[in-house]
Amino acid sequence: MTDATHTTSSTFTGARHLRTVMLIAILIFLIAAPFLFYPIFVMKILCFALFAAAFNLLLGYTGFLSFGHAAFFGGAAYFTAHAMKEWGTTPEVGILIGVAGAAALGLVIGLIAIRRQGIYFAMITLALSQMFFFYCVQSAWTHGEDGIQSVPRGHLFGLIDLNVTTNMYFFVLAVFLIGIGIIWRFVNSPFGMILKSIRENEQRTVSLGYAVDRYKLGAFVMSAALAGLAGGLKAIVFEFATLTDVAWQMSGEVILMTLLGGIGTMIGPVVGASLVVTLQNELATSDFPVTIVTGLVFMACVLLFRRGLVGEFYASRLGRRLGFRPEQ
Amino acid sequence: MNRLIMTTALVAAGAMPAFAQEVSDNVVKIGILNDQSGVYADFGGKASYEAALMAVEDFGGTVLGQPIEVVTADHQNKADIASNIARQWYDTEQVDAIMELTTSSVALAVQALSKDADKITITTGAATTELTGAQCAPNSFHWAYDTHALAVGTGGALVDQGGDTWFFLTADYAFGYSLEEQTTEFVESKGGTVVGSVRHPLTNPDFSSFLLQAQASGAKVIGLANAGLDTQNAIKQAAEFGIVQGGQRLAALLFTLAEVNGLGLEAAQGLSLTESFYWNRDEASAEFGNRFMERTGVMPNMVQAGTYSAVLQYLKAVDAAGTDATEAVSAKLHEMPVDDVFAQGGTVGANGRLYKDVYLMEVKKPGDSDIPWDYYNVLQTIPGDQAYISPEDSGCPLVNG
Repeated sequence: MTDATHTTSSTFTGARHLRTVMLIAILIFLIAAPFLFYPIFVMKILCFALFAAAFNLLLGYTGFLSFGHAAFFGGAAYFTAHAMKEWGTTPEVGILIGVAGAAALGLVIGLIAIRRQGIYFAMITLALSQMFFFYCVQSAWTHGEDGIQSVPRGHLFGLIDLNVTTNMYFFVLAVFLIGIGIIWRFVNSPFGMILKSIRENEQRTVSLGYAVDRYKLGAFVMSAALAGLAGGLKAIVFEFATLTDVAWQMSGEVILMTLLGGIGTMIGPVVGASLVVTLQNELATSDFPVTIVTGLVFMACVLLFRRGLVGEFYASRLGRRLGFRPEQ
Repeated sequence: MNRLIMTTALVAAGAMPAFAQEVSDNVVKIGILNDQSGVYADFGGKASYEAALMAVEDFGGTVLGQPIEVVTADHQNKADIASNIARQWYDTEQVDAIMELTTSSVALAVQALSKDADKITITTGAATTELTGAQCAPNSFHWAYDTHALAVGTGGALVDQGGDTWFFLTADYAFGYSLEEQTTEFVESKGGTVVGSVRHPLTNPDFSSFLLQAQASGAKVIGLANAGLDTQNAIKQAAEFGIVQGGQRLAALLFTLAEVNGLGLEAAQGLSLTESFYWNRDEASAEFGNRFMERTGVMPNMVQAGTYSAVLQYLKAVDAAGTDATEAVSAKLHEMPVDDVFAQGGTVGANGRLYKDVYLMEVKKPGDSDIPWDYYNVLQTIPGDQAYISPEDSGCPLVNG
């Protein structure tokens, strides 16, 4: 064994250790967060982070820009809120109903949308999610502009009272970690590899004998279901479901979050979501118009750091030394 | 002499902490939560915050010897942002009451969480009757207007003014249907008839085919059961079609002074609408309007004047109760009559609804308006008990035990 290889492998394990330490630090931070910040605010960030991560599954790892993810996020919020308020289900059942509803919506929209690519794909998803939006505006069970209000948080598994803020927080954190875990497992599975190959070169993947459409549909439904998980969770945190979550602006916001954080990275959407939600919250009490500032941030992101915050960090010298690899 | 000083000092020392205990955290804090950057920014917006500041100044700046503070935030028309801010205000910033609350999803959400947090809300910006109906709360109030009052004012009273045949342009969603339905009820109860209606999609840029149908129907009144940009577009295009010049009347069911100003008198002339406040109605309101204009550059509409009144009445109630504790202040708010520039002889029902007069107005012709912002003729005053649903019929569970 020469000296050179020895040094390389030791830096490699060093970087690996460092990454483990970073991961543990993030976990400790998430556990301590409700005691440092306003808990509801942190819960909101976690919901949006999960939503953005679910969206990233499609944009970052499969290369499909969906402009209709609000339908899954907001739709699931309505399903969960309705189930818990009108049928009196427990939170976990409510969320499962939300996820199932979002997955079903994803299946219908996905079946139509995956037949096209690029801008056409984005437009089809936008059109179909707008159809769903107008359905929500008009139908009686969503209560139109009023939204479904005063949704009881209930008892988790009939035991743990979610009206206690700490209980609610750790429930949200658990669901968030499970969601992120599923995405991580999914991306790093053979299935995820095929998705990446579709992103890089669809024709070649077809020529290798893969039924590309099925993989695309699978990824779409998976992304929709996870977006639904985030939406259902948000409905329980805030105790309501309103039109805001199904409106097309929400689809735009999640794209902003993902791009800002860095597409194709696990942490990127989480960072992006935290940033956007914090901006919205902080600017609310300032004299700056929120929409203009968010717009400027987006422009700065596109002009200055195209890989997004986390993507640029990965690509930087420090990031490379830590053993991160930028996706593109 | 020494003794006298001692006694005075003792009394003073005894009185000070007693005073401090009556007001939580030694400050009475009011939050103004509304849309300041989106579609309703003119409807309430920053001007509502200014109205609240004016009310505090007019009250004297202190209550029970303690300072009054007003905080504000832009909820961006999102219920989750509003809910987050409201909770944070209550939990960490000792806010005692939240007011304004434009858009119904926000108002209902904040009212529900305030019920749990045992705090007071006074809504002026939202229209839904749910706030004092099925979803009413013991410490929540609805101050400026609601869809029922708008329907009674524009629907019922306009029939009295000769507009007895109606045609509706209705926005194709729940809010539009409920406006049309409620207005139809009052038109028919007054002996009028509805000859037809057409539904248009939400945020519709082109009303020409709908307006032609309305024109062809020969109805005396064309009712616009929509809101915001849709109403503005419909009015602008109706002006291009010469509908008002052709002898038909346009009636907007949710429209305020700020939007008339945005459209201009040329397009809006002859329009009928209902508001619960008009700045140039009498001397007191004109004086208030001019003071408001100096600060904000706009004349107040019913939302902004309503917010002024809500803050003022809240402070009066704190003063009368001798504390800022929710239950005591809420009890005073329920029992005290409301007499200020916004409401004269107003009363508050058990469901939290403020009962005061509303006015049917007609927008003036450009030639008849001699001073800036002088836009309305008051056609009719509708007493509060006719304009609003009575507490007994409101469906509020708090009424009748």
